[in-house]
Amino acid sequence: MSVRVQNLTKTFGTQKAVDGISFSVEKGEILGFLGPNGAGKSTTMKIATCYLSPTKGEVKIADLDVVENAIEVRKKVGYLPEHNPLYLEMYVHEYLRFIGGLHKMKGTQLNDRVSEMIDLCGITEEQNKKIGALSKGYRQRVGLAQSLVHDPEVLILDEPTTGLDPNQIVEIRNLIKEVSKEKTVIFSTHIMQEVQALCDRAVIINHGEIVADSKVTDLKGSNDFDLIKLEFKHSINTAPLDALKGIQEIFTTVEGIYELKTDAGSDLRSEILALAAKYDWPLVGIQQVEGSLEEVFKELTQKEVKE
Amino acid sequence: MIQLFLKEVNSFLDSLIAYIVIAVFLTGMGLLMWVFPDTNVLDYGYADMNTLFSLGPYVFMFLIPAITMRMLAEEQKSGTMELLLTRPLTDLQVILAKYFAGFFLVVFSILPTLIYYYSIHQLGNPVGNLDSAGIMGSYIGLILLGGVFTSIGIFTSSLSENQVVSFIVAVFLCFIVFSGFDSISGIGVWGDKALQIAQLGILYHYDAMSRGLIDSRDVIYFVGVTALMILLTKLKMESRKW
Repeated sequence: MSVRVQNLTKTFGTQKAVDGISFSVEKGEILGFLGPNGAGKSTTMKIATCYLSPTKGEVKIADLDVVENAIEVRKKVGYLPEHNPLYLEMYVHEYLRFIGGLHKMKGTQLNDRVSEMIDLCGITEEQNKKIGALSKGYRQRVGLAQSLVHDPEVLILDEPTTGLDPNQIVEIRNLIKEVSKEKTVIFSTHIMQEVQALCDRAVIINHGEIVADSKVTDLKGSNDFDLIKLEFKHSINTAPLDALKGIQEIFTTVEGIYELKTDAGSDLRSEILALAAKYDWPLVGIQQVEGSLEEVFKELTQKEVKE
Repeated sequence: MIQLFLKEVNSFLDSLIAYIVIAVFLTGMGLLMWVFPDTNVLDYGYADMNTLFSLGPYVFMFLIPAITMRMLAEEQKSGTMELLLTRPLTDLQVILAKYFAGFFLVVFSILPTLIYYYSIHQLGNPVGNLDSAGIMGSYIGLILLGGVFTSIGIFTSSLSENQVVSFIVAVFLCFIVFSGFDSISGIGVWGDKALQIAQLGILYHYDAMSRGLIDSRDVIYFVGVTALMILLTKLKMESRKW
């Protein structure tokens, strides 16, 4: 069950939200869909779930076009919209039964499936409460349960972990991992650890264009620099560091803490230690940061769009 | 679609809206029919239900927009519209489910007034001396009019996320469609076109039905206006895809 996006373009008025993007996801894959706010992530997802129509290009889910076969596509897709809209005045199980009902599920099949989802998403104790009375983490689980109730083949989650506390984030992640084995999952986020923890592949978009589409492990290695973090008791004169071979740039944000951009693969730590001894710098910390996904993300999305 | 209809009806019952609408309608009509000196049947002395059918539309003009104003506006505002429209439902099914839920409530609030019919039936001299056919026609007219008002309310609810805006626009539109055309046709500058203008309004067709004559042209008018409003709502909802 695959998702194929071909040359997708969406314009709102004169503004291009998505500009000719193409990618595909196969069954069993978890795709992280990354990008800064306003990059076009949600728009792409709304088109893939048949809420909006593409201006140009096409999206196919299991070889069904989202415009021509909208109803068929919707049966196969589970969707958790951004901000997780819910009917706050409904009870949890009532809500899940309602959504299941919209998917034409009935009787014992519906009951069984709803109980199963309540168990899976860990909302057993909350099932007889009104959704409005639940905390954000539980609401998010209800949202996820809702997107899963009809056992969709494709799962599209728009920022499923925003606004959750760290424990809840881990729980939701595990849940996604758990259900993803038999499904195709696309989820958007701007939390990089999430991508590292969950995804096989990541697509990064910026200003409506794809700037990266590769395996998460490949992405991490794609930086052409490493970072070294130095911590001193007080600020120092950085001129000797600047002179070191292989140093590209030096940043300082907090007094006494420096970030050195160095050529990829060059480990300058011992040289820096030697310098610190020579100039008697009060060095209290040194750490080499491998090209992390955060750095790749920054690098790719802060570039101005090509004219 | 049935599920959505049931959910809407349930949410009326949960949120007191249904009870308030029915209570206000029946209290208002009850006072007008039996208590207020200018309009009550007892002083009037004739066994008919004219008060209900002539004032009912004006009460509906406020009550129905109050029922429908939230139906699409709230879904739009809270984002649940996105949830509904990514389920296997067409836009039209969503609109119709909402429409019928509103219409159901309107019909439900009219039903208890059948007691008035019974009372007046008993009060007639001799008992049963009233124009049953006319009352029957009026009831059908009132129900159809409720349908038109509901569709206008649904349409204005799709126009804005703001429920107050949708309420006010709905009241205004209901007023114009109900008696506006009739009043405009009376201005006296239209010459022989006046009748056609009056025919655009509900009042012309409503009055025709209250004479007990169910003319297919009148029924088609009511159903047509309702369909037009639902079509406009559908267009408005589809405009998100443009």
